Amino acid sequence: MTRFLAQTEAAARPAPDRRRGLRQILAEDFFYAPGATVWTLVLVVLLGLAAWTLFDWAVLNAVFGPTGTLDASQACRAEGAEGACWAVIGDKVRLILFGLYPFDLQWRPGLACLLMIALYALSVQKALWRPALGVIWALVLAAVLVLMRGGVAGLAPVGDDQWGGLPVTLILSTFGLGLAFPVAIALALARQQRRFPMLQAASVGLIEFARAVPLVVVLFMASVMMPLFLPESWQVSKLLRVLIAFTLFGAAYLAEVIRGGLQAIPSGQYEAASALSLTYAQTMRDVILPQALRIVIPGIVNVFIGFFKATAIVVVVGIFDLMTAAKRAVADPLWQGFGIEVYLFAGLIYFVFCFSLSRFSARLERDLARDRS
Amino acid sequence: MPLKTGTFTLAAALTGATAMLSAGAATAQQASPTLDAVRARGEVACGVIGSSFGFSLPDSQGVMQGMDADSCRAVAAAVLGDANAVRWVPLVPAQRLTALQTGEIDVLYAQLTWTMSRETDSGVQMASTNYFDGTGFLVPTSLGVASATELDGANVCSIQGPGEVTARDYFTSQGMSFTPVLFAEGEELRAAFLAGRCDVYMIDQSALISFRASLGDNAANYTVLPEIISAEPLSGAVRKGDPLWFDIVRYAHIAQVNAENLGITAENVDSFGAESSPAIRRFLGMDGTLGQALGLQSSWAHDIVAQVGNYGEMWQRHFGRTGADRGANRLARDGGLQYPYPMR
Repeated sequence: MTRFLAQTEAAARPAPDRRRGLRQILAEDFFYAPGATVWTLVLVVLLGLAAWTLFDWAVLNAVFGPTGTLDASQACRAEGAEGACWAVIGDKVRLILFGLYPFDLQWRPGLACLLMIALYALSVQKALWRPALGVIWALVLAAVLVLMRGGVAGLAPVGDDQWGGLPVTLILSTFGLGLAFPVAIALALARQQRRFPMLQAASVGLIEFARAVPLVVVLFMASVMMPLFLPESWQVSKLLRVLIAFTLFGAAYLAEVIRGGLQAIPSGQYEAASALSLTYAQTMRDVILPQALRIVIPGIVNVFIGFFKATAIVVVVGIFDLMTAAKRAVADPLWQGFGIEVYLFAGLIYFVFCFSLSRFSARLERDLARDRS
Repeated sequence: MPLKTGTFTLAAALTGATAMLSAGAATAQQASPTLDAVRARGEVACGVIGSSFGFSLPDSQGVMQGMDADSCRAVAAAVLGDANAVRWVPLVPAQRLTALQTGEIDVLYAQLTWTMSRETDSGVQMASTNYFDGTGFLVPTSLGVASATELDGANVCSIQGPGEVTARDYFTSQGMSFTPVLFAEGEELRAAFLAGRCDVYMIDQSALISFRASLGDNAANYTVLPEIISAEPLSGAVRKGDPLWFDIVRYAHIAQVNAENLGITAENVDSFGAESSPAIRRFLGMDGTLGQALGLQSSWAHDIVAQVGNYGEMWQRHFGRTGADRGANRLARDGGLQYPYPMR
């Protein structure tokens, strides 16, 4: 048996120092063996080349505007203009950001976007997670609607078929998911409970339908078929129809995420609530949902990010969201052929929003892990 | 016929003057729900594609530009006296007819080809053709091809959808083989063509000329082949069942063609006085009842020309800088298809 046992006592090692210097990191992680050294060098060279090529294209050789006697478009097409043509963004930025919205009134959608961004910034502060936040949401969204639609307080009315660009993307995701969230909770609770089988069946039916049918089909039905079945006086605007479709879809996906959270709550919690003779509503509101929602925050954020990007699908029904407006910018013969620049610009906007959301989710997970430990 | 002519002469003699006087009143009683709705709303809801250069595409300021956009403006100028009183409803091709049928829009100018089945089956009616288009071919000059009949075995770039069918019909009927290379987006397609992924770029003439214009000095390296293999009369459409509104949309276009034919432009429209020819006087509403017959103000045609311009000016504004040939869209007197139907 002795061969399985250490004969001597191992010397105690110091706890690993987590704060390593740059030199140590390089030595221990990148150059710890001849093979690693070779790979590190090869990859550094490749990445360096790629970065240099990109820099050369995007900055050194780029055309930012008119040069000499050439106007901006000619400058981009001139012999030897090998770099990016950022002049197209300069010319089309307002079209990409605001679409068909009347040019002189574009401060309104601009302000609406800032309001919604501020709303996100507020909503991710854990300290502010209290009922008042719901009121803030309602107020800000109302302000956004007033700014966009006008017709009150001396603001000229602007129909929602003239809205476009970034505000439409933000409105579809914010309103869509803002409305979907309460619906999703209701759907998840309805599916979870056993007391009213019909309610449960309705919830299951709705969720499974939304998950089984492609969003693009529903959007198409909503915009091409639905108006044919409605009486002529029932004009529902295109944007509103799309928003309803988005809300239903968002609600179905969110409901499943939330149901996952409900299932993760140990039955002891329900039993403890019963023992305190809390009603169903009290149990859910004060005991179960706060815990369940906390658990599924990463999942919720994931759905949010997915839907934020999915808004670009509205191009199939002729709504000028950010991506559609970007495409329109390069339909102009002046700028045909500079799609890469315009797509990069639009991509950057999507990236900023989605990456912030994902960072927020990561921070939240860390915070919550700390709460639990 | 002689018998009928006799009766007609008698009736005309009896009612001559009264008919002239009551013509306006009689037509004004003709109810047009669309016209009433447009007046009540104060704007014309116009369906456009909104993504296609030369027809309807927002410029850098978000203002809709193009032939289709201006045809809508002409209707607004005629009806409301304000060319900018248009509400744009961007539509993808599949939504176009639905939007018209359901009353979401008053008039559709969305590069819609006038076809028989659209008129017989869809409850819509083509009022006027504001652009005669057709599928054409663009090839690199270096390919050394002078006619589409030499394209056997070519890789053909085109947009998914109706373009595919046109290509297949043509190549099959010519007994030629081809490889379709399909794209969903014009931008991708054009990049692929420039990169040499296909030998031929096959799409509407109007798109070919704007693409060629975008190439600057390189335009000379590409040739538009002479063949135009499909007829695409792009037309404005209205719902069936509102004849007065149909007339308004139709004659808003015809007025633009007539203005060009008469030499009336946006600039000189106000310079015509009492000494002008009867045709011009009638056109500008100084004589006759053309406007009343449509239930409009007598200055309707004047407003169209003053605010939107005549047909030639409109074409020049949107396609002039491409250096393209006006082709079938010239006036009839110049050998084109835009015919100035008499306005009298």
